[in-house]
Amino acid sequence: MAANDPLAAEGPKPRPPGEVLISVEKLYAGYDGTAILDDVNFQIRAGEVFGILGGSGGGKSTILKHMIGLVPPVRGAIRFAGEDIVGADGPALERIRRRFGVMYQSGALFGSMTLLENVRLPIEVYTDLPEEAMTLIARMKLALVGLDAFTGHLPSEISGGMQKRAGIARAMALDPSILFLDEPSSGLDPITSATLDATVRRLAESLGMTFVIVTHDLPSVFASLDRVILLDKKARGIIAEGDPRDLRDNSPDARVRAFLRREPEKAAA
Amino acid sequence: MAAIAIDDTPDGRRVLKLEGRLDATSVRGVWDQAHRAIAEAPTRPVTVDAKGVDYCDGAGVALLVDLIAAERAAPVEIANLAPAFQALVKQFDPKRLSQDLDPEVQRRPAIEELGRATASVWRDIRELVVFVGEVTAALAAAAVRPQTVRWRDVWRVCERVGADALPIVALISFLLGMILAFQSAVPMKRFGAEIFVADLIGLSMLRELGPLMTAILLAGRSGAAFAAEIGTMRVNQEVDAITTMGLDPVRFLVTPRIIAALLMTPLLVLFSNLVGLVGGAITMTSFSIPVVTFMKEVDSAVTMTDFMAGFIKSFVFAILVAGIGCLRGLQTAAGASAVGESATRAVVSGIILLVVVDGIFAVAYYILDI
Repeated sequence: MAANDPLAAEGPKPRPPGEVLISVEKLYAGYDGTAILDDVNFQIRAGEVFGILGGSGGGKSTILKHMIGLVPPVRGAIRFAGEDIVGADGPALERIRRRFGVMYQSGALFGSMTLLENVRLPIEVYTDLPEEAMTLIARMKLALVGLDAFTGHLPSEISGGMQKRAGIARAMALDPSILFLDEPSSGLDPITSATLDATVRRLAESLGMTFVIVTHDLPSVFASLDRVILLDKKARGIIAEGDPRDLRDNSPDARVRAFLRREPEKAAA
Repeated sequence: MAAIAIDDTPDGRRVLKLEGRLDATSVRGVWDQAHRAIAEAPTRPVTVDAKGVDYCDGAGVALLVDLIAAERAAPVEIANLAPAFQALVKQFDPKRLSQDLDPEVQRRPAIEELGRATASVWRDIRELVVFVGEVTAALAAAAVRPQTVRWRDVWRVCERVGADALPIVALISFLLGMILAFQSAVPMKRFGAEIFVADLIGLSMLRELGPLMTAILLAGRSGAAFAAEIGTMRVNQEVDAITTMGLDPVRFLVTPRIIAALLMTPLLVLFSNLVGLVGGAITMTSFSIPVVTFMKEVDSAVTMTDFMAGFIKSFVFAILVAGIGCLRGLQTAAGASAVGESATRAVVSGIILLVVVDGIFAVAYYILDI
């Protein structure tokens, strides 16, 4: 295989598993009482870079919205270090939410603020650091995603991919213990995408941050994820769970191998 | 918690010993101390001994990077930092971070601002003229070939512009009739001329207030809604999609809205006139003037010409409000705030145009002796 073949990526080095941080139990995912996924169960350990994979319309983003407490599931439980986010409201929900950062698919930046102001906002709200420290941290986060030369730009003045990168910078502003990234690589060029993968690995390994990443991007899957679940619309649930490289090479399920090898004809069969 | 100890070695070096957890909550305590210690010894080389640092997140890295970047005669170096945290610090170029790579644009000279503002007004006028031409052509095409109009859109907009606006038009017109009646009846009672309040309300509602108030309400409700709806389509590139599919955004988006406004506004004006008169009549019962007497007086005072003078305005106001709402929507720039700006501009310019055109009507009616 060629050296730059994404399927040949060596991937992260195995690390000792941490304690269970997020536990999804008997989750029926969906909207307005109608489930699209039945009886979903999985756990995410502290420090893990965890991926939620699946085809379009398979319920990946729905599970993410349930996990961050934006949309209640039809039924089931999602526990963060033992605390159930499904039943939580008011201060309890706020307390859980402060532990994580979220990067939305479109970036979801505030249009009236510059990139620097967008990233500075959570630092201003949640810390009492000196002004220059806040600005420097915001600059550093933007530098991590290659946007330190655009700090004074408004979101409307930069491209969609750049908005997404700024969204990631804002999600990382407070170095939360858990970071949810919804399709972080889509719209990014391959170099930026690879840089982002490396940043994710570095933060996970050096700070023990936990990442939950919804993605379609196979090079990123193999380069940065420790473990994944693969959702299937027809099966209405998880059809595989484990190391993505191992699943690609050794899964007994042809659908799983086809998905991870980009083989549409085998996936259809 | 984070702690700092400052020590000067015999070889003239200043050592800053950092210990504990460097995170967003604990860095605050050592930030100023560390910077002061470096500033106090501008010529001495400084070593930041980070051996005792057991955790270092973004805030801690910011502190270390900021210390390295300090502009001074002797260098600042970091020693004994755990390799995992070193990797985080090495991601950044301290010199680059200390520069503002995207400085704020200098304020332009006043004369340039004036020129730009003038050019902007001129561009706005030109776009308005072009838009009027396009709308006229689209309406003419719709009149010649009605089957090309998207009637399903027209009925949908009719419901929103017309039926949904009935409660607010009723409320405002009723209160307007009542207020006019009260305000005029009290002084006229002194002269025993309360009955002429009916003349006043009839003429002012039918000729002026009915059409104008309805149009202002329409500008606030539907004009803003058109601008926001089309503006959002513009931001989401739906307008671009319409154009690249070979469709004309004016015929596709503007024509149905203007036709709907043309159909609904005159009906709303009739409704407003009626409810305004009812409001006045009910108020006048408290001045011992029965409803039947009030209505007979209105009938004798208001001619068909008065009614038509107001009714004709409603068609012009409909085109103005719907047209300006759609134009502002099509002019929307990028971003969510741009949609809000378009809606605001639609209401402001809609109301200004309504008042100006109403003034032109008043002068024209005076000259024509209507």
